Amino acid sequence: MEQDVKITITDREGVSHEVMAPTDMAMNLMEVVRSYELAPEGTIGTCGGMAMCASCQCYVINGIQLPEMQDEEEAMLSEAFYVKENSRLSCQIPITLELEGLEVELAPES
Amino acid sequence: MIKTDILIIGAGPTGLFAVFEAGLLKMKCHLIDALPQPGGQCTELYPKKPIYDIPGFPEILAGDLTKNLLEQCKQFEPGFTLGERADTIEKQEDGSFIVTTNKGTKHQAPVVAIAGGLGSFEPRKPLIANISYFEDKGVEYFIKDPEIYRNKRVVISGGGDSALDWTIYLADIASEVTLIHRRNEFRGALDSVDKVQELKNAGKINLVTPAEVINIVGDHKVEAVVVAQALNIEKEFEIECDHFIPLFGLSPKLGPIAKWGLEIEKNAIVVNNALDYQTNIPGIFAIGDVNTYPGKLKLILCGFHEATLMCQAAYQIINPGKRYVLKYTTVSGVDGFDGTRKEAPKQVVKAIE
Repeated sequence: MEQDVKITITDREGVSHEVMAPTDMAMNLMEVVRSYELAPEGTIGTCGGMAMCASCQCYVINGIQLPEMQDEEEAMLSEAFYVKENSRLSCQIPITLELEGLEVELAPES
Repeated sequence: MIKTDILIIGAGPTGLFAVFEAGLLKMKCHLIDALPQPGGQCTELYPKKPIYDIPGFPEILAGDLTKNLLEQCKQFEPGFTLGERADTIEKQEDGSFIVTTNKGTKHQAPVVAIAGGLGSFEPRKPLIANISYFEDKGVEYFIKDPEIYRNKRVVISGGGDSALDWTIYLADIASEVTLIHRRNEFRGALDSVDKVQELKNAGKINLVTPAEVINIVGDHKVEAVVVAQALNIEKEFEIECDHFIPLFGLSPKLGPIAKWGLEIEKNAIVVNNALDYQTNIPGIFAIGDVNTYPGKLKLILCGFHEATLMCQAAYQIINPGKRYVLKYTTVSGVDGFDGTRKEAPKQVVKAIE
């Protein structure tokens, strides 16, 4: 569908998945991961997407422009584990047309 | 031994509503929860956040929903075992179950309803290689008794409310408090942040930011922590202390329930779809976010429905063969175990002349 964007997601086992994500359902990246069951239920999106648990942490692999980090996300990442320079909380990344071609890797479970 | 009709594991919204529905059927409930207060996620994670899909409430704060549910079930006098995690379950010859918590409290009931949400909340442990060795030897993830820190040297790490609040609290008790956080910014209530600033300015606490504890030193107990600081130049140094308290929040884990012989799928307990939410073990039910079946939705409103159907099945187990028909609370009122009665006001029958 024309309003879908293609995103490449590497799961926690290192397997890469190319998925189509709808831009018209107010979804975020964490929800896309869950909808394709790329991480077991209960290990991702624990807080439901409130930037309160960091279970959806991912590493952004390529230079696609993402929305700027808000305070809550930054604060949560500062308390999370396995954090790198390119860490983001996928629940804070809404699916928009600008995300076409995005590549991310899921951070380990903690 | 605590004895009850329905033993509910998990005091979140689903478990609390089950108390009400059970009460209507004259069954008594007792709840176990690993958290120190009822409400589950609603009070632990987001008490001040609004929920918009509770039927009849266009908007309600999660904390207020908990308060209302407690008020709604209060006349059925639920018992609570709080701050304890249900660890083991043993089936008895008479068909009842004995559930024992991690602190050894025993509970017996003919019906067990697991309303455990995403699991019991466990502390998130920082990635320090030797940290498990020092647990209960100076490393604590929860503060249970602040008095053990009196006149001791304490290092707290974390950047949220609990790190701030305990820093403030222990500043008056411990001989020395050091707060370490990976950033200069803290996330918490404004007055907590201000108070920590004040304590730092007055020299009552040490603040080390941006920095991280990367190792623990000690012979059989915590003697110091190794801190890595990245301010202008990277450096590592030791801070001598008696206690190290990492406060990085809690994350839910299914935990011991996963070993009760229940069928588990996708980190949830499989139940018979939409019949009565019984598990593969007769007498044990799973309701709310903790269960799964085709079409499952993890919503509070679905938990309420599941709790209601579970109580009907529990009634049959507890009162075999005893007749009952569904009654409307508007018609029959609500008779509490505490002797109270709620009922609709009677209509007046009177001639108009």
